[in-house]
Amino acid sequence: MTAVAQRPAAVRVRRGGRAAWAGAGLAVVVVAVLGYLPLLTTRGTQVQLVGLFSLVVLGTMWNLLAGYGGMVSIGQQAYIGIGGYGLVYLASTVGVDPFLAVPVAAVVCAVVAWPISYLAFRLAGGYFAIGTWVIAEVVRLLVTQVDALGAGSGASLTGFAGLEPTYRIAYVYWMSLGIVVLVVGGVYLLMRSRLGLALTAIRDEPTAAGSLGVAVTRAKRLVYVAAAAGCGLAGAMVVANTLRVQPGSAFSVDYSAMMIFIVVIGGIGTIEGPIIGALVFYALQDSLADLGNWYLVVVGVVAIAVTLLAPRGLWGLTRGRVELFPTGYRTGSR
Amino acid sequence: MSWVNAVVQGILLGGLYALVAAGLSLVFGVMRIVNLAHGVLAVLAAFGAYVLGDTLGLHPFLALLVVVPVMAAVGYGLQRGLLNRALGGGELAPLLVTFGLAVVLQNALLEAFSADSRRLDLGSLGTASIPVTDGLAVGVFPLLAAVTGVVVIAAIGQFLARTATGRAMRATSDDRDAAALMGIDGRHLYGVATAIALATVAIAGVFLGARSTFDPAAGGTTLIFAFEAVVIGGLGSLWGTLLGGVVLGVAQAVGAAVDPAYGVLAGHVVFLVVLATRPRGLLPSAVTA
Repeated sequence: MTAVAQRPAAVRVRRGGRAAWAGAGLAVVVVAVLGYLPLLTTRGTQVQLVGLFSLVVLGTMWNLLAGYGGMVSIGQQAYIGIGGYGLVYLASTVGVDPFLAVPVAAVVCAVVAWPISYLAFRLAGGYFAIGTWVIAEVVRLLVTQVDALGAGSGASLTGFAGLEPTYRIAYVYWMSLGIVVLVVGGVYLLMRSRLGLALTAIRDEPTAAGSLGVAVTRAKRLVYVAAAAGCGLAGAMVVANTLRVQPGSAFSVDYSAMMIFIVVIGGIGTIEGPIIGALVFYALQDSLADLGNWYLVVVGVVAIAVTLLAPRGLWGLTRGRVELFPTGYRTGSR
Repeated sequence: MSWVNAVVQGILLGGLYALVAAGLSLVFGVMRIVNLAHGVLAVLAAFGAYVLGDTLGLHPFLALLVVVPVMAAVGYGLQRGLLNRALGGGELAPLLVTFGLAVVLQNALLEAFSADSRRLDLGSLGTASIPVTDGLAVGVFPLLAAVTGVVVIAAIGQFLARTATGRAMRATSDDRDAAALMGIDGRHLYGVATAIALATVAIAGVFLGARSTFDPAAGGTTLIFAFEAVVIGGLGSLWGTLLGGVVLGVAQAVGAAVDPAYGVLAGHVVFLVVLATRPRGLLPSAVTA
């Protein structure tokens, strides 16, 4: 018994390490460089980069749902659309400043998502996935009926009318960069918190997590609502960038396909994965643009292959040796 | 009279929805995966019949003789080659793989056939109808489609209840490991289940394609309608699925009679109401089929 009581002095518990410090440094440098870009680049480049930023936000949100919360949703386009339409309605009809309307639209998404979660959570697994899609379809069909929102033909964002295009594009770019930092940083901090630990436990084994005192449904609901707000931000970002919203594209299930492919290819269940996945997806989209719809066939085949052959995605190739954004703890001697 | 007409049309349409749904719930019952490509596979079968009609001049009913066995073979190959691997990869993998497959198939169909709407040509059968009373006539083809739906669902039920393979499927559904200990080869059995599911979805796809127009993007709505029929009826009950299909079909037909734009929405609303008030469905079953 004396041997057990002896304190193992050489064990060290740590979270970070050199890679984490390097990762934090790299993130600061990348954000600083990206923040400086509008002073150097053309408007076209900035508009394209905002498109990439929206992919990063969408991938990060889908990863929060599926990779950390264990919920496969193919209906997040409901909130992408509400975010986009929310921005247009608040800015063009109510007259709110567009830059204020973006966060308000995200709050609207969260408020809508909360009651919806009670319906969606009655289904599990694959049926939950299709259920979320039905809800997105209902939202699309309802929006198509509302004349104030432009019915089937959509609406334009007119709130920026007083702003010169060069400034408007730069401001939207900075806002989008800020949203990326907020969303990625927010998920990182969330996953380092007590709730993050609870979520990891739920994803791995919900019944066991529940029996250990984790409030399973409450944690999942919080994630669902947070992901809705994040997707609303992304939707508003896309509309602020393109100045146009249409029910067919804003509520398109193609968004879900994109989000899933980004996360699967990049690496599900990591902070880094969706960012890498978004870069890869963006590059593929760009280089395969001439192929028309074949590019989705190619990306789909790649995603199936990654799921079956390398389920941890591109970031998984590091085998967990490098963690730029460490969320767990490691133990080791010394 | 138009209301009665809408209800009759809805009931007949429901038989087809139930037929798509039966395959979805068979696969879910046996191996606990939801095949998100199920709807696109129905559309694939419809395009198969379309090509046969276009090149060889085959009537859709004759085309079934080719399309159904081909789809069954595709199902067996798909399960053995792709989905059985996905089953070993945790809970998310089958969903991700079948969703990826749906996107791949839909976009490949879009490239091959463009986004144009098509319809399978039934010839004189397409317009034939049986007058019931003044102002109410039942189309011969919709009636035939609904009867086919009921017969196929009954056949699946009998197959699960009476044959050795059906018993093995029910056993695997109850407890996969115990069934394996009794000498049931899960990999082959899963292949057979998916083959049956795709054979039934092929029949449903061809009938749906002859009933109204379809295009490569129709897979999504087909999957959604099948899923709604399953949930409205109650998970794991074949006759519940038939009832669910009929309820959905009637809701859509009555909704469309009010305003054509409300048809699909009315179906979704009935689904959401059932989900909110009777989450186990209208005919819940203790035994998973």
